[in-house]
Formats: sequence, C-alpha cells, structure tokens
Amino acid sequence: MRDVVAEFKRPVMLYSIGKDSSVLLHLAIKAFYPAKIPFPLLHVDTTWKFREMISFRDATAKRLGLDLIVHVNKDGSARGINPIKSGSALHTQVMKTDALKHALDLHGFDAAFGGARRDEERSRAKERILSFRSAGHVWDPRNQRPELWSLFNTRIRQGETMRVFAMSNWTELEVWEYIMIEKIPVVPLYFAKRRPIVHRNGAMIMVDDERLPLNCDETPEMRMIRFRTLGCYPLSGAIESDATTIEDIVAEMQTATVSERQGRLIDTDEAASMEKKKREGYF
Amino acid sequence: MFTKPTMEPDPARTKDQLRFITCGSVDDGKSTLIGRLLHDSKMIYRDQIMALERDSIKYGSTGDNIDFALLVDGLEAEREQGITIDVAYRFFTTPRRSFMVADTPGHEQYTRNMATGASQAQLAIILIDARKGVMVQTRRHSFICALLGIRHIVLAVNKIDLVAYDKECFDRIARDYMAFAAGLGFTSIVPIPISARYGDNVVDRSARANWYRGPCLLEYLESIDIQSGTASQAFRFPVQWVNRPNPDFRGYAGTVASGRISAGDEIIVATSGRTTRVKRIVTHGGDLVGAEAGDAVTITLEDEIDIGRGDILSRPDDQPKVADQFAAYVIWMDEEPLAPGRNYILRIGSQTISGSIAEIQHRIDVNTCEHLAAGMVSLNEIAFCNVATTMPAVFDAYDVNRKTGSFIVIDRYTNRTAGAGMIAVPLRQTANIARQALSVDRRQRAALKNQKPCVIWFTGLSGAGKSAIANLVDQKLFAMSRHTMLLDGDNLRHGLSADLGFSEADRVENIRRVGEVAKLMADSGLIVICSFISPTRAERDRVRILVGKDEFIEVFVDTPIEECARRDPKGLYSKAKSGNIKNFTGIDACYEAPETPDIHLRTMEQTLEHSARAVVDLLISRSILDG
Repeated sequence: MRDVVAEFKRPVMLYSIGKDSSVLLHLAIKAFYPAKIPFPLLHVDTTWKFREMISFRDATAKRLGLDLIVHVNKDGSARGINPIKSGSALHTQVMKTDALKHALDLHGFDAAFGGARRDEERSRAKERILSFRSAGHVWDPRNQRPELWSLFNTRIRQGETMRVFAMSNWTELEVWEYIMIEKIPVVPLYFAKRRPIVHRNGAMIMVDDERLPLNCDETPEMRMIRFRTLGCYPLSGAIESDATTIEDIVAEMQTATVSERQGRLIDTDEAASMEKKKREGYF
Repeated sequence: MFTKPTMEPDPARTKDQLRFITCGSVDDGKSTLIGRLLHDSKMIYRDQIMALERDSIKYGSTGDNIDFALLVDGLEAEREQGITIDVAYRFFTTPRRSFMVADTPGHEQYTRNMATGASQAQLAIILIDARKGVMVQTRRHSFICALLGIRHIVLAVNKIDLVAYDKECFDRIARDYMAFAAGLGFTSIVPIPISARYGDNVVDRSARANWYRGPCLLEYLESIDIQSGTASQAFRFPVQWVNRPNPDFRGYAGTVASGRISAGDEIIVATSGRTTRVKRIVTHGGDLVGAEAGDAVTITLEDEIDIGRGDILSRPDDQPKVADQFAAYVIWMDEEPLAPGRNYILRIGSQTISGSIAEIQHRIDVNTCEHLAAGMVSLNEIAFCNVATTMPAVFDAYDVNRKTGSFIVIDRYTNRTAGAGMIAVPLRQTANIARQALSVDRRQRAALKNQKPCVIWFTGLSGAGKSAIANLVDQKLFAMSRHTMLLDGDNLRHGLSADLGFSEADRVENIRRVGEVAKLMADSGLIVICSFISPTRAERDRVRILVGKDEFIEVFVDTPIEECARRDPKGLYSKAKSGNIKNFTGIDACYEAPETPDIHLRTMEQTLEHSARAVVDLLISRSILDG
C-alpha cells in the first residue's frame, strides 16, 4: 500500500462495504498511521445494496472522517436497469462494471485498491497483486507482468491504470480471524438473525425492501440466516446459521462445506463467467 | 526473550505458513497433485466439487473419475489446451499449518513463470514420472530452485502405480537425483513415492507401497522446520514511504526485511554514512519496544537526517553494500532480448535506479549448468552479468538476504518487467571508502549565507534562450545579495567535460558530472543555476533524485524548433541540417519536454526579462527567497 502511494499520482480505494473492504480499510489506517489515509474511498452504488450496508457505509465514513465518493451510474438508473427485470448479467455490466470504469475515468485515478483474494474463485488464483489494465480498463490475462519477491513494477503510461489487490494471499478464514483479533466492525448482515426470505433458483433471497416483486406463490418467511458475501440483495444468497458473534462465524467457517461465492448468483451465469467479467473491467 | 508490549497481528504469521512450489514436466501431474492435496485435506467445498464433476465431463482427461487438475487450472484458454500457462496460487490450511502453493508450469518455454513462483517459495516439490526417471526438465527445475534460493526439496516420484509400486525403480530414481543435486547446495532432499491420481502417500499412507517407511507428503509438509531465521540476521529496514502528517512528526514507514531493532538502538543510513538512534517504533496499536523481520512499522529518529524512499536503515557494525557496479544472475523474461549497454530501470527493494547490463560474463545452460559465451540474453535464458547503475545502489548478496539482494529489470519504453536478478557480489564498492560523515552539515553552511540552497535547472532546445534567461536570473539574485553560481553547458565542455563527445553515453556522463557538481555546490549553501539542453527525462530525473526533489527546480524554456533554427545564435542548426553535426537535439535526436516542470516559460509570448522575473517570483513563492 505504501509502495503504491509513493509511486502513483492518484490512488483510490474501492470500498464495497463487505468484510474484505472493512479489513482493507483497517490495513490502510494502520499502514499510514499517524497520518490519515492519503487517498479517497470510492463506492460504486448500484442502488440495490442492502439498506444495512448503506447505513453502515455512511456511519463508517463519518466515524473515521473518510473522504468517501459514492458513484451511481445515473444513465443506467434512468434507463431503469435493475437486477430483477434486466437480469443479473446486464445489471452487473451497467451498474457495476461500467459505473466503476466511468468513476475511475471521471476522477483520473491511476491505481485502485481492491479487497479481492486469490482463494475466492478460480480465475482469481492467477491474478497479480498489481494487476495491469491497459487504457479502457481492459484486463488481458496473457499480458500481465511477472511478480517476483515483493518487487512490483509500478510503471504505467498515461491512460493506463493498475488494480491493486493488497489481500491477494489472504483466505476467507484468515479474514474472519483478523476481524476477530483486531475487533474490526462489519455489516450486521454477516451475523445470524431472523430475517424475511424467499427461495429462488435454489438460493435464499432476503426481502430487503418493497422493490422485490413477489410471485403469487411466494410468501416471505422468517428464517435464522446470515450472509457470507454481500452484494446487491436480489443477487445475494443467504445461508441458514446460528452464528451471532465473530467467534461463532470463525467456528462455522472451520467446518464449512461450501465456498463463499456459492451465494453469488452472478458467478454461475455461465462457465468461467468471472474471467469474462474481469476482461471487461469488473473488479 | 524478545518481548513486545503490543503485538502487530498479521494473519500470515499467527499460524506458521509454508510457501511451496510444485515443478514438473507437462504430464507429470502437478495440477493433479495439488488438486489431490486440496481434496484429501478437505479443502474443497461441496459446490466446487459439483463444478468439478461438471467440468470433468466437458474438459477432463480422466474418463469417469474426477479430474483434479481442473480444479487448479484457472483460465479458460488453458483449460481448453490442457496446459497450465501461468502461475496460480492456492491456499489451504490444516490444523497444524497454513500453506500457499504456487503451481508453476513445466512447459519448456515457461522458465520465467517458474522463477516467479520460486521467488516466493521456501520449499519445492519436484515431480518425477516414475516411468521416466530424472529428465532434462528435472535438472532445469532443480537448478532454477537452487538459483532462487530454495533450500528444501521434496522429490515426489509420481505415478508409482504405473510401475506397480516397484521399490527398485523408486530407489534408482532417488539415487540418480541425489547424485545430480549434490552440487546445488540444498539443505534437505526427501524422496517420496506417490500416486497423485489414486492418493497414495499424499495425505494417507499407501498400503500398496508398504515398503516405504518415510512420511507421506502432507505429513512432511506439516512438520518440516523451515527456519527462515530472518529475525536473527543483520537488521535491514528499507524505507518505503516518509510519513509526514504534520511539521512535528517525521517517520519512516516500511517492513523490517531482516533482523530486529529496538527503540534507542543506533542506526546508520548506508548511502550517506549518517548515524542516529531510533526514537520510537510507531504503530496504530501503540508504540513498540522492538520490531523484527516481517513487522510493518513506522520508525522515528533522534536526529533529523536526510532519508527518503529507497534508503536502507541498518546497524553501523553490519551494513549493506553500497556500489554502482555489481555482478548478478539475471533471468530474462521479455520477448525482446537483453542488450548489453542498453538503459533499463532497476527496482532494488524500494530503490528505483536506472542502469544497464554492462557486460554478460556468460550464459548458463540450465539443462547442463554449462557456461556459454553470449552476446545477448533471450527470453527464458539465464546469464551471469555485470550490472552498472547511474547512482550507487544499496543491497546485500542474494544468498545472504533474499529481500535486499533481489531486483527486477524494467524496460523503460514498454514498461514490461523484462528480467529478474539475484545479486552475487559488488564489483566496485564506492562504500569501501566508507563515506566520511561531515561534522558541519549543509544546513549550517546555508545558514551562514542566510539563504536556502537549490538547483535551478533550465532545459530546452539549443537556441531556446536558456543561457540568456539564466544569466538574467543570476544577475537579479546577485542584486538581492544571494550567493549563486551559474553552470552553463558550453562553458563546462571546455573544462570538466573536455574529454567527452556528443554520443549518447558521453552526454549522459556529462549530465551526471554536472549533477554531482551542482549537488556539491548546493551542499555548500549556494543557489546553483544550470543551463543544459538535457533532452531526456531520465537524465533530468537522475539529477532531481541526486539533488533531492524539494531543492530541484525545473525550468522549461519552451521555444518552437522553427524559431530556434531561425535564431540559430551559434550557427549550429544550419550545420546540423547539412549533416555536419550528428545527434543534434531537435534534428536527429529527440527532445523530451518536461511533463510537469516547476515553471514553463514560453519565449514566444513573453520577453526574456519577464521570464527571468517569473523564475524569481517562483523562488519567492517557494520561500527560497524572502522577497
């Protein structure tokens, strides 16, 4: 992180409000202490995030005095793009990928920190820590720079950018253990509670607001659930759980039999879909 | 015992982590082995197994069985080709240890990927097909592992099922390998007979190879003592970033590369020879009494001495080397071959220095370890070279310290990472003549003159008006009772640089000398005015780094080339056009305009007098002059 701040003109941290972002933010605070974090945070808001995520985001920004930029693809909202009618693929493309690229261009950011980890998904396992994007934010897996030791090549030309995955070598369990040790605040949705859900495509979807259209045979039922991964609420599957504390979550993780991205509906659109999205500029 | 009042919890260190790589030829079954390790140690989740079963039908090469390799091979294109083409990192944890596995390809042309994976690893699993024995690739992989400083080897004799679990076969391969590897300096070599496909001796002991008495693979990986010992080595702290949130705090942020340090300990800055003591070791969780290898901290010092990104703090009695020439092993990773003499950017720790491979001593045939004569080094080749840098670098030998002895080579035109190097020995140690720390420092010298020193650097085309404006600035400062000195390109060519011509190398050397002289003058408290075409950003940047960016003021005298040629005060343009002068900037050599000069003077729009006044105004606004 300090290398990136020393070598780039205008870095930014992509803040997704999730647990990885919380840890990343905490690491940044520690890395630059006693100075304040020398870059702004950017949240790409699809307008379909859980309400508790947004209130957590705003409370965090206020508590820590962060320079937070919230970016919404206004064009996409105006065209009525949403995850239910437009489908998850189009929604993600317009409201996340396009919105992110637009926000990076708008502010002229040349390096963007993200909390992605190599253990999350197959195409991420080969991701670099400093991931090079040519002008237009294109990721070419064949044209990435070898990374030896911890010597990073930070040189880019005008218009080119770098994505920086500072937590590449962390695992999901390590993230939770770190949250526990450092007492890092996270969105309450990670803890089990009775919440209203419906079953869709084999996943439990929480009815977070009235925008979720219910089929005539659907009645929200109250279940003891929590989320392992957070995104747009109609695309995030919950798991049944009794874990109400971080200690419970760590214990649950140690015996987990499914991976965290299983709850992510966007990953299963098509085979190797993450790699496709990444080539197009998704984080 | 070394104690800390507060711990800096780093998850990679809370549980002992082993980083290893797997190497083998294309069909030796590396990916299958990793998939098997993950699967048998229950690290594969149910949904991943389901995806695996789906994929095995589509891409798999194992018939009805699950093809574990598919779990590890990440990218679409290579899945279709059935070859791993890059380095993939996998993570798994057992109750005893956590592991990071670099899956590196064994395919002929991918030496660079293996070197990348090996640079992160403490141990290597070298796979051998039991039917084939020690092959050329086995030698290559072992040599690269040794070169990159891996000291522990597991020799996994795979597909033991295909030789009917034959003990003789296993013993012969182990003997062959030991004989070959004796000269490579490994600390331990452990041969294990396995079948990745059927799981023999991977996680569970094999009933079919019951003659084997040693540990199975996972058991061994969990128990091997990787005494990295970095905390007991010499203290090295490469400064990553200067933390200056307010005028009262100046800290140096970085991660301790090796050794340990405590508040109150004496430290030295290798490049300047300055010493002081550690005042505080600052972290977000509170000050520490001491820090050791791996700790990310911010150090403050008793005295304010000049330290920047790239400096290395050490103890005075055990310093790193400082030299502008050293010998190193270089692995080439770029399509465009390494050309001796060409200028590259070297990243050594947090130092960014320009330099070149001055000479290729020999190339090494990785299959036979033979030394070959070479005029250049191509992709995937390894050579032993003499490296020359434009300013002294701080480093250790790689076999002493992997963190401070490694570097990468960056192509300055494409920005690609073109090579990786491991330093062997310094060739010309400027620091063998230990730098004499002066007892009257530059601050005091400047204070005596009652002024702030700086270097005002005029750059622009020949005939742009640099010398004329520089002269006017000099006169104005003199009139303000400032102590100045004017260095002019043409004048220096008559004395200090009389031995230099106008080739690229000579021009670079000329600017290097000017930069050194300007720095000495600034150190003595003078305001130094320099007027040089200095056409490349790289050479101006070198002077900026040498002088320090806070005291370097770049003045771009911007006059269109047509106007310069029209003025042609020295008749040079007409000579250049007629071919009588070679390498003339603007005609047959290019000029790289500054991207962000401190001041940009457009001489077509303002008079010389206005330009000179603008420079003086800038000095006032920067508080170098007090108006």
